[in-house]
Amino acid sequence: MNSLNFLKSNKQNFYYFLYIGLFLFSISILDVAINAFLKINITSFLPGIFSIFLPLIIGFIGLNFIRTEYSGIKGLDIINKNINTNNFNAILTLLIIFAIIKATPPSLSWMIFDANISGDTKEACTGTGACWTYVKVWFRRFMYGMYPNDLHWRINLAFILVIALGFFGFFLRDNLKKYLALYYVIIYPIIAFLVIYYLISGGAFGLVWVETGAWGGLSLTFIVSFFCLIFCFPLGMILALGRRSNLPMIRYISIGYIEFWRGVPLITVLFMSSVMFPMFLPEDFFMDKLVRVIIAITLFEGAYCAEVIRGGLQALPRGQYDAAKSLGMGYWKMHIFVILPQALKLVIPGICNTFLALVKDTPLIFVVGLAELAGMLALAKTNPKWLGFAMEGYVFAAIIFWIICYAMSKYSYNLEAKYKTER
Amino acid sequence: MNNKIKKILPQIITVLFVLGIFGFFTFNAQINMDNRGIDFGFGFLTQESSFDVQFSLIEYSGSHSYARAYLVGLLNTLLVSFISIIFCTILGVIFGVARLSPNYLIRNSAAWYVEFFRNIPLLLQIFFWYYAALRALPVPEKAGPWFGVTYMTIKGYYIPSFIWTNLDVFLYSILAVIISIIIISTYAKKLQENEGKQTPVFFISLGLIFILPTLTFFIGGVSLDFEIPVLKQLSKTSYVFDGGIGLPPELIALVLALSLYTSTFVAECVRAGIQGIGKGQKEAAASVGLTPNQILKLVVMPQALRIIIPPTTNQYLNLTKNSSLAAAIAYPDLVLVFAGTALMQTGKAIEIVSITMLTYLSISLAIAAIMNWYNKKIEIKEK
Repeated sequence: MNSLNFLKSNKQNFYYFLYIGLFLFSISILDVAINAFLKINITSFLPGIFSIFLPLIIGFIGLNFIRTEYSGIKGLDIINKNINTNNFNAILTLLIIFAIIKATPPSLSWMIFDANISGDTKEACTGTGACWTYVKVWFRRFMYGMYPNDLHWRINLAFILVIALGFFGFFLRDNLKKYLALYYVIIYPIIAFLVIYYLISGGAFGLVWVETGAWGGLSLTFIVSFFCLIFCFPLGMILALGRRSNLPMIRYISIGYIEFWRGVPLITVLFMSSVMFPMFLPEDFFMDKLVRVIIAITLFEGAYCAEVIRGGLQALPRGQYDAAKSLGMGYWKMHIFVILPQALKLVIPGICNTFLALVKDTPLIFVVGLAELAGMLALAKTNPKWLGFAMEGYVFAAIIFWIICYAMSKYSYNLEAKYKTER
Repeated sequence: MNNKIKKILPQIITVLFVLGIFGFFTFNAQINMDNRGIDFGFGFLTQESSFDVQFSLIEYSGSHSYARAYLVGLLNTLLVSFISIIFCTILGVIFGVARLSPNYLIRNSAAWYVEFFRNIPLLLQIFFWYYAALRALPVPEKAGPWFGVTYMTIKGYYIPSFIWTNLDVFLYSILAVIISIIIISTYAKKLQENEGKQTPVFFISLGLIFILPTLTFFIGGVSLDFEIPVLKQLSKTSYVFDGGIGLPPELIALVLALSLYTSTFVAECVRAGIQGIGKGQKEAAASVGLTPNQILKLVVMPQALRIIIPPTTNQYLNLTKNSSLAAAIAYPDLVLVFAGTALMQTGKAIEIVSITMLTYLSISLAIAAIMNWYNKKIEIKEK
């Protein structure tokens, strides 16, 4: 191996190696970039396979040359430490860089440069890229479903009110703070329910009645997941307490309930809500499809919620229970004033994750004929005037869902980190 | 006395409440079914189903019974789950390990992969693959071969099928290999515990796996032929591939979406498992003179697997349950065949939905039971 030593840099020729290495590395990237962006293959004179692998080989040699333990040059040390620790890493680094460079031009030109957004018919789409005109024309449908166009402000207003009411708790005066849990668990859901019910479906206060069949789009996703969350939370709390109860019958019933719903897929639960529920209800009792779906998802999600809350209850040290009991508190007093406030604070990130899963699950209501975003996409896709734009629709929906879910997951992650340090 | 009442009364009330709900439902169901002239019973399972299923692992046609249709659906569900589990494990392990790489680019690309596929609803991903991505594939007559003998077309992926002669001899040889490997590894363990001798079990097993089944080709009269799909013209404009195995695009879309989606969760499990092993463990192992390979094999992996396997099994379970989304793109799985078509034809809502739910429930509970047993077995025995 000694004979190969002249290929390794030492103190004397360090800068030669550095310059040659950087030069080779940049040439390899330049080659791929020219190839990808300008579609010119500058190494086309070489035989096939060699021409493909040439940038990889040159880049590898370059990275090999600039690799040193410690050079004192800040930028170089960062590169060496992070992307160039050994030969294997160097190759992976190059492959990833090349893949990113190769993938950029086609996706950019599809999404932006060759795409169309002007006009409002299919004929306006002349480019080879995406047809965002389709998304633009259908945007209101994707958001609000079949809800009448001139009444969309009612949905917007309802959502703004519900969100504002949610933040209201943060501005309560200090002497009212002890009722915070009461507000969020009982009062807030009731108010939110009334707001959404009367504003969106109307029928009172001079608002026109809009039947639930017309609800749809992304707003339906939020309505369903919001209602399911606020209803499944109390249910989950009761089940979690039941599962930890020392009364055997109550414990077994809770365990049975939780394990049953956790063991079946949501889609069968939705089927159940649409074909089995009507059988179980009294003959002359009619229940709206949306209500049935919300009940079904609540029952389903309640089991998951219960497990999350149980985790919080189990995380509390025994001393809390003992201390409460030694003060002479009974079961309910102990739980309401000592255990639950602490446990619920612990499970907020978990609940956030449950809500995230809920939002990701709601597109499933499509299978029982409720047209939320995925359903509206299926509808728009088969519209004879707008055939052949499935890709645009799904990319649009994916971006929207991704932003929502990513923001929520980051938020719950931050909460988790915050509560970890507080304890 | 007072205490006893306090304990028993809530239980009685709860039980009565639950029984009351069930009673109410049964009562209503009875009346409703009487009114509609439906009677409760599972007799329909033996009746002729008279509907066709486009993709089936076992022989099935409209003249078979509903019970057989149920079996077809169940097998299709298990098939898609099984394939997806294999892929999601491979992808999950790769990306989970990549997230811990010292290389900035690899670490971050893996992180973005996870964030990307985890945060898009599964149903949308399935729709994307089925309606958007796979629809962009070429029609059969324009499809070029992949790897020489397989064809990816808009109508599905065509691969060569195997034609075995004396397959049973081959299977027996594999069984023999498994049994002998078990015997050898128990013997090797005993030998190590008693005398401290190490046997290269891995290489012996590897050799056995290759040699014994290969021998059957020469001695046992086993032979293997391939039937390669060939393009066939049906009419002037319509072509199909004949021969080989055709995987329908529904299956491909499902497998893609399920394995990409679930692999992100598996990756997180793997990462958490490897991170869960303290640095002290590795250092302690190194200080007693184990080589890096031995550290990985004897110290890190056994402990990491203990953390990784339970949540990963949970993800497999989720995947199996999520495979029911197949119904949305008309892949004939249990939900579509049984809770969809069969329900529509017979109108036996209660029976069919219950059977479907119980099937998933028993799969879940069975896996959960195995998992509990496994966890008990591998848990650290503290004295």
